[in-house]
Amino acid sequence: MQELKQASKACDACGSCQKGDKIAPLRRADKADYVIALAGNPNTGKSTVFNALTGMRQHVGNWPGKTVVREEGAFRFREKVFRLVDLPGTYSLLSNSMDEEVARDFVLFGRPDCTVVVVDATALERNLALVLQILEITENVVIALNLMDEVERRGIRIDDRALARDLGVPVVAMSARNKKGLTELAATVDDVVHGLVALKPRRIESIDPSIDQVVRSLVKEIEKEYPGVDNARWIALRLLEGDPGVEAEIRSGTLGKAVHGGLSLAGGQ
Amino acid sequence: MAAEQILSNAASARQQIGGRLHEVVAESLFKEAERIAGRAVIREGESRKFAFDLALDRVLTSRVWGLPVMGMMLAAVLWITVTGANVPSSMLNDLLIGKGHPWLLSIFNSVGSPSWLTGLLVDGVYLATAWVLSVMLPPMAIFFPLFTLLEDYGYLPRVSFNLDRAFRWAGAEGKQSLTMMMGFGCNAAGIVSTRIISSPRARLIAILTNNFSICNGRWPTLILIGTIFVAASAPPAVSGLVAAGSVLVIAVLGVLMTLLVSRVLSRTILKGEPSHFSLELPPYRPPQIGRVLVRSIFDRTLIVLWRALVMAAPAGAAIWITSNIFVGGDSLAGHFVGWLNPFGMAIGLNGVILAAYVFAIPANEIIIPTILMLTLNLAKSGLAQSGVMIELDEATTRDVLVGQGGWTLLTGVNLMLFSLLHNPCSTTLMTIYKETKSWKWTLWSALMPIGIGFAVCGLVAVVWRLVS
Repeated sequence: MQELKQASKACDACGSCQKGDKIAPLRRADKADYVIALAGNPNTGKSTVFNALTGMRQHVGNWPGKTVVREEGAFRFREKVFRLVDLPGTYSLLSNSMDEEVARDFVLFGRPDCTVVVVDATALERNLALVLQILEITENVVIALNLMDEVERRGIRIDDRALARDLGVPVVAMSARNKKGLTELAATVDDVVHGLVALKPRRIESIDPSIDQVVRSLVKEIEKEYPGVDNARWIALRLLEGDPGVEAEIRSGTLGKAVHGGLSLAGGQ
Repeated sequence: MAAEQILSNAASARQQIGGRLHEVVAESLFKEAERIAGRAVIREGESRKFAFDLALDRVLTSRVWGLPVMGMMLAAVLWITVTGANVPSSMLNDLLIGKGHPWLLSIFNSVGSPSWLTGLLVDGVYLATAWVLSVMLPPMAIFFPLFTLLEDYGYLPRVSFNLDRAFRWAGAEGKQSLTMMMGFGCNAAGIVSTRIISSPRARLIAILTNNFSICNGRWPTLILIGTIFVAASAPPAVSGLVAAGSVLVIAVLGVLMTLLVSRVLSRTILKGEPSHFSLELPPYRPPQIGRVLVRSIFDRTLIVLWRALVMAAPAGAAIWITSNIFVGGDSLAGHFVGWLNPFGMAIGLNGVILAAYVFAIPANEIIIPTILMLTLNLAKSGLAQSGVMIELDEATTRDVLVGQGGWTLLTGVNLMLFSLLHNPCSTTLMTIYKETKSWKWTLWSALMPIGIGFAVCGLVAVVWRLVS
C-alpha cells in the first residue's frame, strides 16, 4: 500500500504525462490538427490499436491479410484532433501488391505528421525490417511495441529502452488488446508532432562501397534540387531501383513540399 | 530541367550497378534488423510452455491429420449449431408466427383494414420478416460465435496452410487460400481481400472463384435444408449428425470447386505459373470469449439479420403483389413460376426455387422465406381448404414444401447444391465490378457458377432418377 502511494506521488511529480490526459474517440473529424498513420506487419494488432483509439469497430481477426484498404478514424487528445489512418499490414514497402502500395504511398506521399509502426514484440527481428524501411522515409516515427502480454507469457524480456536508443525514435511498450499503453502511445505521438522529442532515426549505412559512391552523388543532386528533403537517401535508392512511383513524384515536383493532411490516394473505401 | 537531369543520372547509374542493388539493400536491412533485435530481446527466461503450441501445430497442420481434423472441427461446429438451434427456433416461431400473425390479423380486421392492405402487410411483409427471424436468428447466433472463436484463436491461417499445396496444384497463388477463408464470411469482403495477391492473373482467379466459399447468407439456408430434408430421412438418433454432415459435404465441395475451377482457369484463359508465398502462422492466442460473443453478434449475426430483414420485407411485398395480380387466370408469380418449372424440374429443382433465386439476387439470406412465401401463395386455395395454419416450425416447413410444393429428397439435395453453385448476390457482383473494372469479368463471375450449378444439379437429377 505504502509503495503504491509513493509510486503515485512519483507519478504526480513526473511531468511526462499530464494528469487528465484522456483519449476521446471521435465519430468524425472534418478538421484534424494532425494526421497519424498506423503501419506495421500483418497481424500485429494494428486494427486493435486503431479501434482502441478511435472507438471504431473494425473487424479484428487473428490472421494476416485482413486489412487491405485504408481505414480512417479520429480521436481527441490534449485538446487536439488526431486523424488516424489504419494502413494494410505489410512486410516491406517495396510494393508489389495493391495492399503494399496503399501502405507505402501513404507513408511516402501522404506525409503524415507521425507514423506509428505497430510491432509484434514476439517477432521483433522480422518486424524491424519494416521499421527500418519506414525510418529511411520519415523521421517522425513512434514504435508501438505491441503484444507485450504475449512476450510476458513466453517469459521473454525486451529492453525497450535499448531498442529506442538503437532506432533513434520513441518506443512505447503496450498491449492494445488489454488496453494497456494506449495513453502513453497517444502522449508520445503528441510529443512527436509538437517536436518535443529528439528524433535520430537509424539509417542504414553499411552497403557496398562502390554502390555507396553512386548513391552519395545522387543524394547530393537531390538535396541541391530539393532543399529540406529529409529522406534523400531513400529517394536515391528508389530511383536507382527504378521505382515508378518515386519517379513520378520527381517529375511532378511534389517532392519535398509538405502537403499537410496528405494527398487523396486511391485505395481507401 | 533539373528533375529530368536527376532521373537520367539515376537511370545511367542503374545500368552501371545492375541488378545487385535490390539484394544489397535487402541484405543490409535484414542484418541491421537482426543486430538490433539481438540487442533488445532477452530470451533467458523463455518458457517451455510453448511446447503445447508446437504440439498443437504438429497436429493441426500435419500432412496426415491436418485435413481430417479440420473437417471434424467444422462438423462439430455445425452439429452444435443444428442441435442447439432447434428449441429456440421453434419458440421464436411459436411466438412470432403462431401467436403474432393471428394477433396482427385480428388487429387489422378490427380496424377495418381493406383485405388487400392486410394481405400485403400482414401476409406479405410481416410473415416474410417473421420467418427470417425465427428461421435464421438461432442458427446464426450459435454458428457465428463458434466460427469467430476459431478465427480468434488463430485457426484460420492453419487452414490456409493446410490448403497451400492444393492451391499450388491448382496453379493459383497460395494467398488465395486466405481470401477464400475471408469469403466464408462474406464474398464481397473476400473479393476485396484479393488485393493481397500481387499477380493480376492470380487475383482474377481468386475473384472468380470466391463465390464457392459459402458466405454468411448461405450457411443458414444450408443448415435449415440439411436439417429438414436430408436429416429427416435418417433415423432420429443420428439426424443431427446427418444434418451437420450434409452441410459439411457442401462446404467441402465448395473448396474442391474452388481448386478445380482455379486449375481449369489457370490452364486455359488465365494461364500462368503460381508464385511463391510463405504464409506466417500467427501464435495461438487465447480467445477473449466475451469480446468474441459481442463481436460475432454485432459484426456478423446482426448485420446478416438486418440485411435479410431489409431485403425480406420488400421481397415479401413483391411476392404478395405478384401472387395477387391475376392475368389470364393465373397470377403474375404463377406465370413466372410455371414458365420456369419445366426446366427446374428437369434439373431436380422446381420453378419456385428458380423464381426464388431471382427474387433473392439482392441477398442470399432470403432464399428460404422467399421459397416458402411463393409455395404458400401459389397454393393458397389448397391451404385454406386443408385448413393448414401457417405455423412454420421445422416440421411444418417440411410439410408445406412436401405437401404443397411437391418436394422430394432430391429437391432438398439439389437446393443445397444450387445454394453453393449459383450467381453471387448483387452486392458481391458490384464489388467484383469495382475491383476488376470490367463488365466482362463481372458477367463471367455471375454466369460461370450458374452454369456449373445447372450442370451439377442436372447430373445429380439424372443419376438419381436412374437409380431410384
